[in-house]
Amino acid sequence: MTDAVDLIVVGAGPAGLSAAVLASEHGLSVLLLDEQGAPGGQIYRNIEHNTANDPETCAILGPEYIHGASLAAACRQSSVTYTPDATVWRIDPNGAVTYSTDGAARTARARRVILATGAMERPVPIPGWTLPGVMTAGAAQTLLKSSAILPAGRVVVAGAGPLAMLVTQQLIAAGANVAALLETTRKRDYIGNALSLPQALSGQEYLRRGLAMRRAIRASGVPIHSGVTGLEAHGAGRVSSVRCRADGNRIAIDIDTLLLHDGVVPNVQATRQLGCIHEWNERQRYWRPLRDEWGASSIDVIAVAGDGAGISGARAAEFYGRLAALDAAHRLGRISRDDRDSAARPIRSAMRPHLAIRPLLDGVFAPSFTTPDADDTIICRCEEVTAGDIRAAVSQGAMGPNQLKAFTRCGMGPCQGRNCGLTAAELIAESQGVTVPEVGYFRLRPPIKPVTLGELAAMDLSETEPYAKYD
Amino acid sequence: MFRRRDGSPAIEGESITIYVEDAPVTCRPTDSVAAAVLLANPGYTRRTPVTNAPRAPYCMMGACFECLMEIDGIENQQTCMIPVRDGMRVQRQNGAPALPETAQPEETTDD
Repeated sequence: MTDAVDLIVVGAGPAGLSAAVLASEHGLSVLLLDEQGAPGGQIYRNIEHNTANDPETCAILGPEYIHGASLAAACRQSSVTYTPDATVWRIDPNGAVTYSTDGAARTARARRVILATGAMERPVPIPGWTLPGVMTAGAAQTLLKSSAILPAGRVVVAGAGPLAMLVTQQLIAAGANVAALLETTRKRDYIGNALSLPQALSGQEYLRRGLAMRRAIRASGVPIHSGVTGLEAHGAGRVSSVRCRADGNRIAIDIDTLLLHDGVVPNVQATRQLGCIHEWNERQRYWRPLRDEWGASSIDVIAVAGDGAGISGARAAEFYGRLAALDAAHRLGRISRDDRDSAARPIRSAMRPHLAIRPLLDGVFAPSFTTPDADDTIICRCEEVTAGDIRAAVSQGAMGPNQLKAFTRCGMGPCQGRNCGLTAAELIAESQGVTVPEVGYFRLRPPIKPVTLGELAAMDLSETEPYAKYD
Repeated sequence: MFRRRDGSPAIEGESITIYVEDAPVTCRPTDSVAAAVLLANPGYTRRTPVTNAPRAPYCMMGACFECLMEIDGIENQQTCMIPVRDGMRVQRQNGAPALPETAQPEETTDD
């Protein structure tokens, strides 16, 4: 059966929750689809359970995490049809959204779709990053949020970005044995971006928090090494040490767990599959869907909100969700253009302090692992394609990411390029001496998540119109 | 190489047991299968189809597919996205799956 609603929102993080709730308050029928079993997204994962049952975990994660409880509660109290455990694997430009839940696939139809699919951690392709025991910093935080689980042995956090620092501080507070924070950020990155400081001061809450995190890490006695280069994970069958250079010295630390981080990038699987136009962010080196000030994408019925539309952080995502909801209410005839614009004014001014910090963060935490030097470093984890394989394919005539698939199978494994797409394009661009936008990105096609024949067989196709054709 | 922060295996009255490579693991209802597997520490969760290299959960949010395992006889389950259910049996997957044995036509014999 095909469900028809005014608005489908994909993703129940801060952008999706606030978009769905505000749209429903304007009288739209809203279907909110989310892959997790409870609302919150990655940032507020397991927020309902933790605020109700686990005050200690909440204390470790802090007030910024607890803020998410109000968003989840607002969704629960709204008229939004919230559908957890729903994996969206196909979206059509006409507003048809196909997803699997409970072992069956189904298609819902909407007059407008807001994609709030959030961010994912940027790939950190260093030698040894595929060894068991090497994870992302976000993965450790997920374990803390969902299960109160910590690394049991010695752990090192390495890379750059606010999350690397935050996870280090939270692991220390939770009682983990953190041996060091190895940051690729150099002291001069902090100083060199001082020009962004006056603007960042209007978001001084973020500056205060960042400085407090560093102080807490230092006060705990955990060393912070800045300007780290040549990061490598070593071990036989499992990570046992991390090596790098800092301040001209070689550093080697015996570890049980290595947590990598190099910032977050928009999760563009859905917008790429749809064929939305994307633009390249040169400073943070990621793609994001082209969108207007309301989040409307290049495809008529599709809007984007939150970090999936460009990295702005969880608090800004909430406001972007509301703007997209107001625009949906206007386009579907519930409010006039003037009402939309006047309702947006306080939202835009409330989000300003949350956006003010971005130029500083983007400058200080520029990505560090975009083009690995060592040819034997694995780039495509699924198909085990190395940097050398990609360079060789380019020298043999592979023109771009899509030809690279035919040459090497890079990007053709189960993750569908999520962990190699950006690096592959960077390596091709470097080898050809051109820019990443000239090289482009993988062409993504549905299903964007694995789907079983059983799920397809369980579909009721009696009311389904033929799907739009894809090139 | 992971542990519960508070040391207690389960939340009272909500205990769930799953079996990772036949070893029982006590879980909480909010655990993903991958989280429980990390507690059980079987060393790795899969071997790659290309070089048979060992891998373990990397992203814990459904993006990397390193946590693919066999759950109750069904292969390629994204264990970080699946909540634990009492009695689940979770196995590592080793390299490329073998094709089902080809059925041999029975030899006919004259009695």
